Amino acid sequence: MTSLAATRRRLALSRFWADFRTHRAGLAGAVILLVAVLLALVAPLFISENVTSVVEGTGQKFAPPSLAEPFGTDESGRSILLMVWWGSRTSLLIGFLAALLSVVIGLVVGVAAGHFRGWLGGALMRVTDWFLVLPSLVTALVLAAILGGSTLTIVTAIAITTWPSTARLIRAQTLAVEARPYIERSKALGAGHWHITTRHVLPNVAPLLLASTTLEVASAIVTESTLAFLGASANKTSWGTMLRASYDFGAATNAAWWYILIPGLAILIVVMAFTLMGRALEAVLNPQLRRKA
Amino acid sequence: MTTPLESTEPAVQAAGSADDSPARRGTLRYAASKAGGALFSIAMVIVGTFFLFRMLPGDPVRNLAQGRNMTPAQLDLERRRLGLDKPLIDQFFDFVGKTLRLDLGTSYEYKRPVLDLIGERIGPTLLLAGTGLVIAVSLGIWQGTRAGWRHGTRFDRFSTGVSLVLWSVPTFWLGLLLMMVLGVGIGPIPGLFPFRGIESVDAPDGFAYVLDVASHMVLPCLTLVAVVYAQYLLVMRSSLLEEVGQDYVTVARAKGLRDDDVRRRHAVPNALLPTVTLVFMRIGFVVGGAVTVETIFTWPGLGQLFYEAVRVPDFTLMQGTFLLITVAVILMNTLADVVYHILDPRVRSA
Repeated sequence: MTSLAATRRRLALSRFWADFRTHRAGLAGAVILLVAVLLALVAPLFISENVTSVVEGTGQKFAPPSLAEPFGTDESGRSILLMVWWGSRTSLLIGFLAALLSVVIGLVVGVAAGHFRGWLGGALMRVTDWFLVLPSLVTALVLAAILGGSTLTIVTAIAITTWPSTARLIRAQTLAVEARPYIERSKALGAGHWHITTRHVLPNVAPLLLASTTLEVASAIVTESTLAFLGASANKTSWGTMLRASYDFGAATNAAWWYILIPGLAILIVVMAFTLMGRALEAVLNPQLRRKA
Repeated sequence: MTTPLESTEPAVQAAGSADDSPARRGTLRYAASKAGGALFSIAMVIVGTFFLFRMLPGDPVRNLAQGRNMTPAQLDLERRRLGLDKPLIDQFFDFVGKTLRLDLGTSYEYKRPVLDLIGERIGPTLLLAGTGLVIAVSLGIWQGTRAGWRHGTRFDRFSTGVSLVLWSVPTFWLGLLLMMVLGVGIGPIPGLFPFRGIESVDAPDGFAYVLDVASHMVLPCLTLVAVVYAQYLLVMRSSLLEEVGQDYVTVARAKGLRDDDVRRRHAVPNALLPTVTLVFMRIGFVVGGAVTVETIFTWPGLGQLFYEAVRVPDFTLMQGTFLLITVAVILMNTLADVVYHILDPRVRSA
């Protein structure tokens, strides 16, 4: 029995890999992400938080890129290269955590709204739609301002404003799954709500969830940087806070183009990588999109 | 700024039993039910705002005073003036009553009624966001149509690539780059456009003033258009792609119509529907973009007012602008539902 299931799972996995491999852009995104995450993880082995300390800034102020400082320095003579490297830890961490929290909320609400028809499902959808309409950036900014700046509050503010779209997606998929005959059979055999949702619905929505999480991380990283730029940051160096500082210290008027370009490029590359990979995953895993192709 | 790229699915009503009552009445009933829903949403926003702004850590009076030195007697007076000595439920009804009468309180930063401040700032925002939206929608629809109709061509691949990049770019970074390159000027290139405020210090009169404001608007508008137009392009392209394979398009071709006519008279009108609703549905996204753009280019609009309120922080002002923006977005979304219902006969439950 187990071996049969294991074989089937292995087959599905290899088919997924064969499909995914044909999406070259998605594959490139996955490789870039792997490198970015690895770099962020190993950063403490080479540098420490000191690179972001104003006191440690030893170089010249606003020094253009050179051999010694490949990406130039900022207003206190800190190395942009090292700050971007160290800042990737905050940006990626907040991106991943916010996406995870948002997807978990979306999953629970979506499955519940799809599984429990009647007033509970209806009420959950009303709540979801209400959150969906709220202007997300403005709401996140208010939340961050009220809750105060820490990694946790920024993560919460992003997650609260982004979960509804996941919830809608998951609900639609749940409805589709629950319409199948084997759910009826399972019910006839006495399966409860917990069994049906975790054993039958969850495995069916999981692939979609993977794709939507990947896209969610991309948007969370952008939102984090925007919030940081607008002054609601976790008080740690991230790509967003670097750009904020570049604005505050007039990098544009001082012609310090590297100060603006490098952190922004870091955001762009990572977000593009997530987006490309997410779209490729979606194309491979979403049965509706596959049918169209 | 990014939002998930999923296409919008306006509430498609299942076509009900086809009786012979006029479709107008169905539309009216539909609009009324949507308006009811919107009212409920707005009520929830007001309730939510009340509790959200009372969740603030610490003493609200001290928060509002932003650490200015105040004697206990002054604090007490403030507390009574704000009604904070009353029980929560009284405060709640007080707040609701005042909000419904459009009394949004007095800003601590400006020492003026929030409503007056909003009134002053709403003009520039409508000018900037309105212009940006019109350009973005026209450009998105035009380019999306071209890309979708000639699916797979170099133009199509180029457009899709550009929109994916623009979709991944944070609005504020694009703004900073444009400011640096076109505003300040880089290397030998001089700055072409002003990048601060809405008018020059020595603003001229008459037509010259219009030109002055227009030149100040170039960079903020360009930034806003760049980030919002990509989604219109992508949706227009994909909805046109869906129409291209339909039978009626084949019939139109079989009738011997020119390619241009098939596109303009048959495919595009149908493909326009999702894009038109998207314009209204994603108004919250445009608002977010406007806040960022106005902040960078110090455009004296609502977005900048809101940003200043967050930055200070001036909670009365923040609460007022948040309420206004949210209510406006809810109303636009409701409008989208109704407009879709009127435009698309297929969803009209006669």
